[in-house]
Formats: sequence, structure tokens, C-alpha cells
Amino acid sequence: MLIFTPRTIQSNHWVLIGPLISIILTIMIGALIFKMLNYPVTESLYQVFISPFSRVDRIADILVKACPLIIIGIGLIFCFRANIWNIGAEGQFIIGTLCAGSFALLFPENNNHILLLSMFLVGFLGGALWASIPAILKIKLNVNEILVSLMLVYVAMLFIDFIVRGPLRDPMSFGFPLSKPYPDGAIISKINFPGIGYLGQLHYGIISILFLAPFSWFLINRTLPGFQIKVFGSAPKASSFAGFNKNKITLGVLIMSGGMAGLAGVIEVSANMGQLQPEVSFGYGFTAIIVAFLGRLNPYGVIIAGLVIATAKLGADNAQMILGIPKVVTGIFEGILLFFLLAGETIQNYKVSLKRNS
Amino acid sequence: MESLLITILVTSVPILLAGTGELIAEKSGVLNLGVEGMMLTGAVAALGSVLIFGNPLAGIFFGALAGILISLIFSFFTIFLMTNQVATGLGLTIFATGLTGLIGEPFVGKTISSLPKIDIIFLSDIPFLGSIFFKHDILFYISILLIIAVHFFLIKSRYGIIIRAVGDNHDSAHSIGYPVKKIRLLCVGFGGMCAGMGGAYIPLVLTPHWSEGMTAGKGWIALALVVFASWLPFRLLLGALIFGGITILQFVGQARGWPFPSQFLNMLPYLVTIIALSIISIKTRSGNTLVPSSLGKPFLENN
Repeated sequence: MLIFTPRTIQSNHWVLIGPLISIILTIMIGALIFKMLNYPVTESLYQVFISPFSRVDRIADILVKACPLIIIGIGLIFCFRANIWNIGAEGQFIIGTLCAGSFALLFPENNNHILLLSMFLVGFLGGALWASIPAILKIKLNVNEILVSLMLVYVAMLFIDFIVRGPLRDPMSFGFPLSKPYPDGAIISKINFPGIGYLGQLHYGIISILFLAPFSWFLINRTLPGFQIKVFGSAPKASSFAGFNKNKITLGVLIMSGGMAGLAGVIEVSANMGQLQPEVSFGYGFTAIIVAFLGRLNPYGVIIAGLVIATAKLGADNAQMILGIPKVVTGIFEGILLFFLLAGETIQNYKVSLKRNS
Repeated sequence: MESLLITILVTSVPILLAGTGELIAEKSGVLNLGVEGMMLTGAVAALGSVLIFGNPLAGIFFGALAGILISLIFSFFTIFLMTNQVATGLGLTIFATGLTGLIGEPFVGKTISSLPKIDIIFLSDIPFLGSIFFKHDILFYISILLIIAVHFFLIKSRYGIIIRAVGDNHDSAHSIGYPVKKIRLLCVGFGGMCAGMGGAYIPLVLTPHWSEGMTAGKGWIALALVVFASWLPFRLLLGALIFGGITILQFVGQARGWPFPSQFLNMLPYLVTIIALSIISIKTRSGNTLVPSSLGKPFLENN
């Protein structure tokens, strides 16, 4: 039988090798499932993993698709490091978007900088506010944050549905549940490369990651609150002996991740949709959980992880168009990937040895 | 009135079944957040098997079987590889959502025949009560009998006490010789079976055709229900009925033209879940002894 002995020193090379092996195993199992369900294996895998790289504008679209995943994922790092299970980023994304979108529609302003910056702020606050509900319930009443944050996703979905069908519906939308188009100042424009032109849908919102990732890395690895978050998550008893305020940490990490999810929503909708609609997120908040784990809860890792997962997402869109495979298949890959990543963590934390039954 | 009460009862069956299974799994110390995924798996398996075999009873069997099989993935990782239970359960739901979407794709647009109603002799002739409680399908009766059985099993039987011991302190249970991992494997498997049947109930009785993610959060509500019930079977039954009632309220509201937007009525089950969890937390804040103490903690076997 297998014997697990806790390691005193964590095996460092697993930090990089673990995710790589996990991805390879995931693709192998995915291929097996395709085979069992009678889909063409090589063609399916080609569409899902390779086809997104076939043209430059498609590669640019990987970045676009990865953008919300990375921003939400970076936010989730704070929660997961603290062992707080926010699985409602999807709802925080929606509420952030809704708040910022309503703001832009109610106070139209054509100065791009002023309006967009206020929208970022409003979106962050909206997402943070939504995430603070599970935080406060956890702090005050010790209510499970997993269930509350998830329930609020459904509430948020229904709420934005109500808003775009009711109060904010554009009278000119011919009965479609759409808001008025955003004022010009609320639009994040596409990047026009000198001499090349536009690359896919690549937009200026991507640049935000260049600030958010180093900022979060610094916060987690070089500041006292970051240290407190890590201790609280990995050794709660040590954290309370050290006198760290667990309520502040809980509220803080949920506000950070909720706010980032809201911010991701503002950027996504301002850059790609330009108006509010019933569906603003397509499961980004849930996928970002996988992204955070694949990125080993490290902001730079999350960037790479976001790109990997975004590739598969775009590939799944292609596979649906060309092979008729429903694009939910990405869920299969995401789930298996998470299993292997978690198993990898076990191997990182325990020495596994074989012992014969005597 | 009569038909309304029948609808409420029928609507609460899926969450009651899934909650029953999760209650046992959690009593043994395992938190499986994959209930939503296991229900979806049960639903798609039930639907597919009815399409193949033409018999709704096959749907119950294959729904339960699929639930057990998919729970084994969760058990393998959490019990034998000691992975984090919260993340693994989440992974199971994500995985199953994708898998059932893929499997269910060919079923879209096809309708299956529902489970036949069985009148219980004599009892179904009681005026009013008879037609509410005793003219249902077999899975309805199973769900009620199961929760009663689980109540007595946990309190009275030797095995029930062993399960609780494993859930309350796995190290002590291990040191007096109980096979902690084996017991947990069985309990999670029972949870999978119940969630599979709960999921199967949706196409077999409620809406007889496939749509992606057709459980619509019922698995999550079942999870909340177990907490709300403080791990007590009869309170779980009560909770399931309350949620059945709230779910039906949406349709009643829409039918009678209540002056609320439908979205707000549809929010009710989720909002009520949050409120119910908060209330139960207030009541049990001073050290709830009913929570299995080892819940969610990985068990490392040292020998």
C-alpha cells in the first residue's frame, strides 16, 4: 500500500513540474473521453489546443479571452491563500459590471479618462460590496462563505437580467433586453498598432494586468498584510497566537477578490460589448478558480495559466463550430486539470512510498 | 390547493434525496461540494437510459449507478490522495457539468415518459390526504423511506454510531481499529447514489427532457440544506419541503400576476438559503456539537 509521510521541506521543483504534468495527463484523459464518446480524437484535440495559434489575430484573441480570467484569478489568490473559499467571483463580476455600466449610462461623460477611471472605481466597489456580504456573514455569524458566495451568483444573474429588461432597457432596442450603448467615454478602444493595424480584438484593457500582477505580487510577498494572509491560511493557530485579526483578514481578502472580479467585468464589457446585456460573463468567475490553482496562487503564474485556459476556451469555440462538439467540454478539461493539480500538491507536501503489506 | 401541495411535495424530492446522501457523507467527515455535479450526472444517465431501454424504472437504476461511479472520482482524490475537499468537490461539479453537456448533446429535443404513479391501496382513498401523499411515483416513496431509515440508522444502529465516530474524530476511530478510509468511501458512495437519484428525479418526473445544467443550483441548495438541518434527518425533510414551497411560489406568483418582477421571485430560493444559513448560525453560535468535528479535514493514516 502507499504510505504518505509529510515533508518537512517542500519539494520545490514540483511548483513548475506539477502543473506541466497535470496538463499533459489532462489532455490524455480528455482524449480518452473523446474516444469513448465517438468524437474524432486528433481533430478534436487539434481544434481545442492548436487551432487558436493558427493566425496572429487569433493569438491576439487569446490575450483578450485571458484578460478577465487573469484579473479575476489574481484577485482570487488573496482568498485562496487565506483559505477563504470565495467561489462567487462570477456574481461579483456581474455586480461590478452592472454598477459601472449604470454609472456610465446615468452620468454620460465624453472625457475618456475621467469616466473610465470612475467606472473602474465604481466597478471595483460594486464587486467588493457583493463579496463583503459573505465576508460579513462569516465574521458576524460564522456562516459558510462557500455557500453564500455561490448563492449570490444566482442572485446577481437574476438582478442584472431584471435591470436590462426593466429600468435600463434601451427603448430603441426593439424589445431586446439590452441597455443603451455606453457613451463614447466609457469605451475601451482596440489597440491600433502603427504599421500593422488592429490585431483581433486586442484592446487597451490588457495593460491593466501589467499593473495588477506586480502590485498583487508585492502585496502578498513583501508586505505585512500579505504575510498575515499567508500565515492565516496555512497555519490558523499560529496566526491567532501572533495576534493577527482574522476578521480583518477575511474581510480584506474578500474585498480584494470581489473588487478585482468587478474590475475585470468593467474592462470586459467596456472593451468588448459596449452596453449591458443579460449575460455579461460566460462562467469567467468559475473558470478563474481553475486559473488561480493552475497558476499556483502566484500572480505571474496566473498570467500563464490564464493564457493556457483561454487557449482551450477559444479552441472549444472552434471545435463547436467545426466539429459540433458542445463547448462545455472545456469543463471536462478544467475539472480533470484541477484534480491533477490538487494531487500534485499532495505529492509536493508528502513523500509517497510503497510499502508491502506484511 | 390540492394540486399545489402535490407540486410542492414533488418539487422537494430532488433536494431531499441529494441532501440525504450528503448528510451521511458529511456525518462521516467528508464535505463533498460535488453534489450539483453528481445530480447532473444522475439526470443525464437517467434520461439516456430511458431513451435506450424505454423504461423509466431503468432511469432510477442508472441514475443511482452513475452517481456512485462519479463519486468514486471524488473519493479517490480526497480520501486516498488527501486532496483539499472543497477544491476537489468544486472540480467534480465543473467536470460533471462539462461531461453531462457532452453526453446530453444528442438527447436535446427528445422527451421521455415519466415514472408511473402508484396508488397505495386503502391509503390513497383517504379524502384529501390520500391524493396528496399516496398517489406518487416510486422514487417519491423511496425518498421518504430513505430519510426515515437514515434517521434511525444514524441514531440506533451500530454502523450509524461508527460513521459518526469516524466523522467526529478520525484519529481516535482509526486507533480503535475502524477502517476510516473504507467507511468514508462507502458514505461518499451513498451520497453519490442519492444525489444521482435526486438528479434522475428531475427528468423522470419534473421536466422530461434534457437541457444543459438542468439542476439549476439544486445541488448547492441541498448542501445548504444539510447545514440548515444541523445534520438532523427530520429537519432536512422539513427544510426540503420549505424549499419546495419557495420554488413553487415563483410559479404561483407568475400565474396569479403578483406585482413583482419574475426575477425577484426566482431569487427567493437563493436568498432564503442565505437567510436560513444565517439564522441557523445565530442559533448554534455557542458551539454546535452536531457539526462533525472532522468535517473537511484530510485523514492521514500513520502506521
